[in-house]
Amino acid sequence: MLGRSANGIFWLFRNLERAENTARLVEAGFRMALTRDARDASDEWRSVIVTLGLRALYEAKFGTDYAGPNVINFILRDKDNPGNVLAMCEMARTNARMVRAGITREVWESVNDSWLRMRDLLARPVTETRLGDVLDTIRRQSTQVRGAMEGTMLRNEIYNFARIGSFIERADNTARILDVKYYVLLPSISYVGSSLDNVQWENVLRSLAGERAYRWLNAGRMEARGIAEFLILDSRFPRSLAFCYGKLRSNLEHLAREYGSETDAHGILQEADCDLHSTTIDAIFEQGLHEYIAQFINRNTRLANQIQYDYRFID
Amino acid sequence: MTNASTSSYDEMFAADGSVRPAYRGYSEWYGDQPADLLRRKGTEAEAFFRRTGITFNVYGSEDAEERLIPFDMVPRIITAHQWRRLSRGIEQRVRALNAFLHDLYHRQEIVRSGRLPARLLEKNPAFLPQMVGFTPPGGVYTHIVGIDLVRTGEDEFMVLEDNARTPSGVSYMLENRETMMAMFPELFTRVRVREVSDYPRRLARSLAACLPPAAKGHQPVVAVLTPGIYNSAYFEHAFLADQMGAELVEGSDLRIENGRIAMRTTQGYQPIDVLYRRVDDDYLDPLTFKPESQLGVSGIMDVYRAGGITIANAPGTGIADDKAIYSFMPEIVEFYTGEKPILPNVPTWRCSEPDALKYVLEHLAELVVKEVHGSGGYGMLIGPTSSKKEIAAFAAKLAARPHNYIAQPTLSLSTVPILGRSGLTPRHVDLRPFVLVSPGGIDITPGGLTRVALKKGSLVVNSSQGGGTKDSWVLDD
Repeated sequence: MLGRSANGIFWLFRNLERAENTARLVEAGFRMALTRDARDASDEWRSVIVTLGLRALYEAKFGTDYAGPNVINFILRDKDNPGNVLAMCEMARTNARMVRAGITREVWESVNDSWLRMRDLLARPVTETRLGDVLDTIRRQSTQVRGAMEGTMLRNEIYNFARIGSFIERADNTARILDVKYYVLLPSISYVGSSLDNVQWENVLRSLAGERAYRWLNAGRMEARGIAEFLILDSRFPRSLAFCYGKLRSNLEHLAREYGSETDAHGILQEADCDLHSTTIDAIFEQGLHEYIAQFINRNTRLANQIQYDYRFID
Repeated sequence: MTNASTSSYDEMFAADGSVRPAYRGYSEWYGDQPADLLRRKGTEAEAFFRRTGITFNVYGSEDAEERLIPFDMVPRIITAHQWRRLSRGIEQRVRALNAFLHDLYHRQEIVRSGRLPARLLEKNPAFLPQMVGFTPPGGVYTHIVGIDLVRTGEDEFMVLEDNARTPSGVSYMLENRETMMAMFPELFTRVRVREVSDYPRRLARSLAACLPPAAKGHQPVVAVLTPGIYNSAYFEHAFLADQMGAELVEGSDLRIENGRIAMRTTQGYQPIDVLYRRVDDDYLDPLTFKPESQLGVSGIMDVYRAGGITIANAPGTGIADDKAIYSFMPEIVEFYTGEKPILPNVPTWRCSEPDALKYVLEHLAELVVKEVHGSGGYGMLIGPTSSKKEIAAFAAKLAARPHNYIAQPTLSLSTVPILGRSGLTPRHVDLRPFVLVSPGGIDITPGGLTRVALKKGSLVVNSSQGGGTKDSWVLDD
């Protein structure tokens, strides 16, 4: 396949994944804000903006006023935020148009359909009343694209690059959410077990769609260390770092088999994978969760760049 | 049902209101449909097109907006008998076009014999000196041709234009049929219509039959070259590449390696055997043509001439689309085939000839005047629908550069009904059949693309100017 097409499909799925994860983050923030007084609610919205790396951009426009409707619209559709969700959907569609000949009609139609819907839904400012509907649609649309992909795409190199894009992005998003939330929650770690703390940690899980799985595995006990372990090391949970790297490994292995050789990217993956398998949560906390995650994000970015280079995404 | 009340020939209804034979089956089916069903289906069809992304980009509009080409649900129907005659005429014309192109770029016998004035080639930007003395692989110049036909009566079909450069629209032909079959499956069990869906397979086979000398014995590598996603016909480029199982490449994907044009794949550069380019000659090779072009490949013309790649259509075929050349097509057909043309031209005045110019200037209000190098309905005058002021302004342009124009009578184009608010209502149509040429012969897909002027009385069918399309049927015997 063309290097440019591999790039297109990689970014198509990165953009879709990012749009979905952003929606989840907003959803969790919204829920949190609803159960807080005004001051705590705006703290919560600030942490969402910080997680998305939008603080400077946001404050340039609104100052430190973290009113819900401003935050929501800034993230979803504001042109002053070039990485808004509508723009991600549009980029995803542009990528899909670019690789139209490499994806099935069903995948293309579901991406196109997502964009058409988002364009209509986000044509005017989103009120808190409409927010649920909008976020729901984003999640539903990404499920639809994934379904079309699972059900119709040949399991070849194109599929591998799509999956690699998805899981590079997902690993990055999970790591960032965990990192920021950890900082927000830092003062409370000493009194683990208080009820506010529990709600906060549950919110971390909620923004990664993991609250149900975690409760089920831990009989409802919320505990910082356990949650971090679940999100980093539990390879059964589809948004954990270990799970993402398991998928990256199998897709990169598939590429190596199909192309007959490994590349430098395989080396970086091995290193990361080895680390996720041999470490324990105690070792991570000993090193410092923040340091561990910073290192992870850094290596994840290196892996992405190496893949783009090894497979000639650009000239 | 309403019937055609204009003086034009209506393809569905005779003057007495009776249904013509081609439409009998359809008309019976139509009569059985509840009144609102078809309109509801119209809305469905639009949603279908939006979702599938069958759009075209409009040049010059604010944000390169994507628009749908309106689709009308009443098919345009041609009988098997009519089609046999049409396809004989088309084949003859396409054969002549290829022989003509070969001659133009070699001995120019037609000029020597005095049948074609040499001045038509001199300083004509569509005539490429780089092609002189070179024969494309398989001897094929126009791998894909679209012949635009208009109809004025029962057996009166005329050729309005030849599209030997890069004819577009075939994806609409295919998608219109898909749409019709999805919406009205039972209609296709009642009326037997000839298939069009294997066009992409035939195209792939036809292209693969023109391998360049440098191609190795393995499976031929075919790629479609597109200017990119902002091109007005991008949908079609992607569609055809997808359907043929070919790569869709852009100029930035390509470079020269070991005397071949190679595309950058995830595993390195891979040579291409046949390039179905949807990029104009001017942009194909910055070393040879427009130096600022980013759409082509530097040096591709040298590779081509050295036998490293097949370019389809061959560079320089655009000369056959020239409207001054067109006016000589009857002579050209006769010169190369030794036969009388089966399909006539539309009568044409060459404004470069003083007598013709005089006549045209005196009758501008009745005529259609076109630029010889123009296409897409741009830069033309339609006398009967233009104001006195527009005509005067055009007359000045015409008088200043008469050789740049040809004129034709305003034809009474045939009509086919469209589904309007109050039922069937006639609109003017044309027809573009698609023709594939390979060393093995000429292959015409039954039917083609019917374009329809959606405005009442309008003769302009171009999609860039408010035209729509119809599914085009050739009935099975």
